[in-house]
Amino acid sequence: MSIILDHVNYIYSKGTSDEVKALDDVSFEIPDGDFLGLIGHTGSGKSTLVQHLDGLLKASSGSIYFNGEDIYDRDYDMKALRGKVGLVFQYPEHQLFEEDVFKDVCFGPKNLGLSQKDTELAAYRALKDVKLPDELFYVSPFELSGGQKRRVALAGVLAMKPEVLVLDEPTAGLDPEGRNEILGLIKELHDKQGITIVLVSHSMDDVAEYADHIVVMDKGKVFMNGTPKEIFSHASKLETIGLSAPGVTYIMRRLKRAGFDVDTTAITVKEAADSIIRAVNHA
Amino acid sequence: MSIVETHNLSFDYIRRDEEGNVSSINRALNDVELAVEKGEFIAILGGNGSGKSTLAKHINAILYPTEGYVMVDGKKTSEEENILSIRQKAGMVFQNPDNQIIGSIVEEDVGFGPENMGVETKGIWERVEESLKTLGMWEYRKHSPMRLSGGQKQRVAIAGVVAMHPECIIMDEPTAMLDPAGRKDVIRAARALNDVEHITIILITHYMEEVIYANRVFVMEKGEIRMTGTPREIFSRLEELEELRLTVPQTTKLAAELKKRGLKEIPDGILTDEELIQSLCRSYLTM
Repeated sequence: MSIILDHVNYIYSKGTSDEVKALDDVSFEIPDGDFLGLIGHTGSGKSTLVQHLDGLLKASSGSIYFNGEDIYDRDYDMKALRGKVGLVFQYPEHQLFEEDVFKDVCFGPKNLGLSQKDTELAAYRALKDVKLPDELFYVSPFELSGGQKRRVALAGVLAMKPEVLVLDEPTAGLDPEGRNEILGLIKELHDKQGITIVLVSHSMDDVAEYADHIVVMDKGKVFMNGTPKEIFSHASKLETIGLSAPGVTYIMRRLKRAGFDVDTTAITVKEAADSIIRAVNHA
Repeated sequence: MSIVETHNLSFDYIRRDEEGNVSSINRALNDVELAVEKGEFIAILGGNGSGKSTLAKHINAILYPTEGYVMVDGKKTSEEENILSIRQKAGMVFQNPDNQIIGSIVEEDVGFGPENMGVETKGIWERVEESLKTLGMWEYRKHSPMRLSGGQKQRVAIAGVVAMHPECIIMDEPTAMLDPAGRKDVIRAARALNDVEHITIILITHYMEEVIYANRVFVMEKGEIRMTGTPREIFSRLEELEELRLTVPQTTKLAAELKKRGLKEIPDGILTDEELIQSLCRSYLTM
């Protein structure tokens, strides 16, 4: 199972004076079981890109292959694709609308055509997966806290049992603990259930901590594609497009220059601490 | 003199059913005592639902106390004749820039506030120019706000508040929806307004890195103020902060981790890269 984007272009408002090339010759692969971090500043094309993955937007030209099948083929089952690729938008709690949490989570699987029983089973599993306490299953979604609402919205997508989960800035507006909870949950879905994750994020620290693979977007193009360590070793290149390496990476570079024998490829607090302790003990 | 002062401030969100009977009461603020001096840079931290935004809305007279009072520049917010002058003295910037911008051209948007206050035309244009220059947005004055980036839009929203010549600006998570570059620009602008224009700033945020330059930090939980201190004092208390759903800046976290693992010479509450590097060089660099 993988997704391959092959020379994908997308033009907004084609043929008008407002024409914008939002995706410009985008080609890369999301392998099965990947944890992909998609980064880039506002307007770089990240959100446009992820909306292509479940067929919400159709490329102006180029191809997308899901499990080896061209999703723009005439007889490709687009509806099934929407079930396989779950898209969690920014501030997804704005899309909660049913009278209670459980009904809201049932909406997706019911729409996919599952039986009443299977729908309820899927909804129950999904709410368990996001660790929502049982006593909240039948309250109005509007009575929940910000972090809880976000988990319900995530459950609504999980209930469709996606193979790929695409999350557009899932931690925006949450407090630090809420951010940890959501990211921990996503990591668990990836590690335990093998779901492929595409995480759109503004936080270099989060991407460094969780992703196995990073694609950097700029002006609709793929600017860089590699492992977190490869990507973040090019801090000054990232700075030219308004991004940066994680904060600890800069500390490590300065320590190296000051004479400490530390690893400048450290990108998380844990890696940095390990390396500094080692350097001090060796000296 | 305090520019903002609250005494015994409590606030209940009261929900009523269809017949108008009270169906639930939710205490959002409980006995909050706060005094902010003119020219200070204050930060308020707290988890989701801790009461930060409810408190902010009291300073701008959007909400009124259930108990106690709020004074802005010596005037009570609960008295109707004070509302206009309070809203002019204490301006507010919200999370989503798109909800705050109404003009179709940047300079018109910024001129809206002073125009509403009855400033004469020449004065309006002077204020527009001065505030757009202060926020580094003068060159965009003829642009459509909708074409700007999030950070630029937020700076236009702040310019709109600055044009009303406030004594104090309350910023309620102004960077929550911005990318890192936009966040930096907005925080830099807030610091400059404080340093250069001496405008009192009350910054509410979930990003710990943004408060290290504040004079004082207040930490809220369940509608109450739980911790008060300088950033250094507050960020020395990692465990307490984690219990309140918060954390410390990444640099502070690295310093605390190193100390825990045996580098005892590192002081508590390290805030900047510079401090950490200097401390390591001083105590642990052997040439």
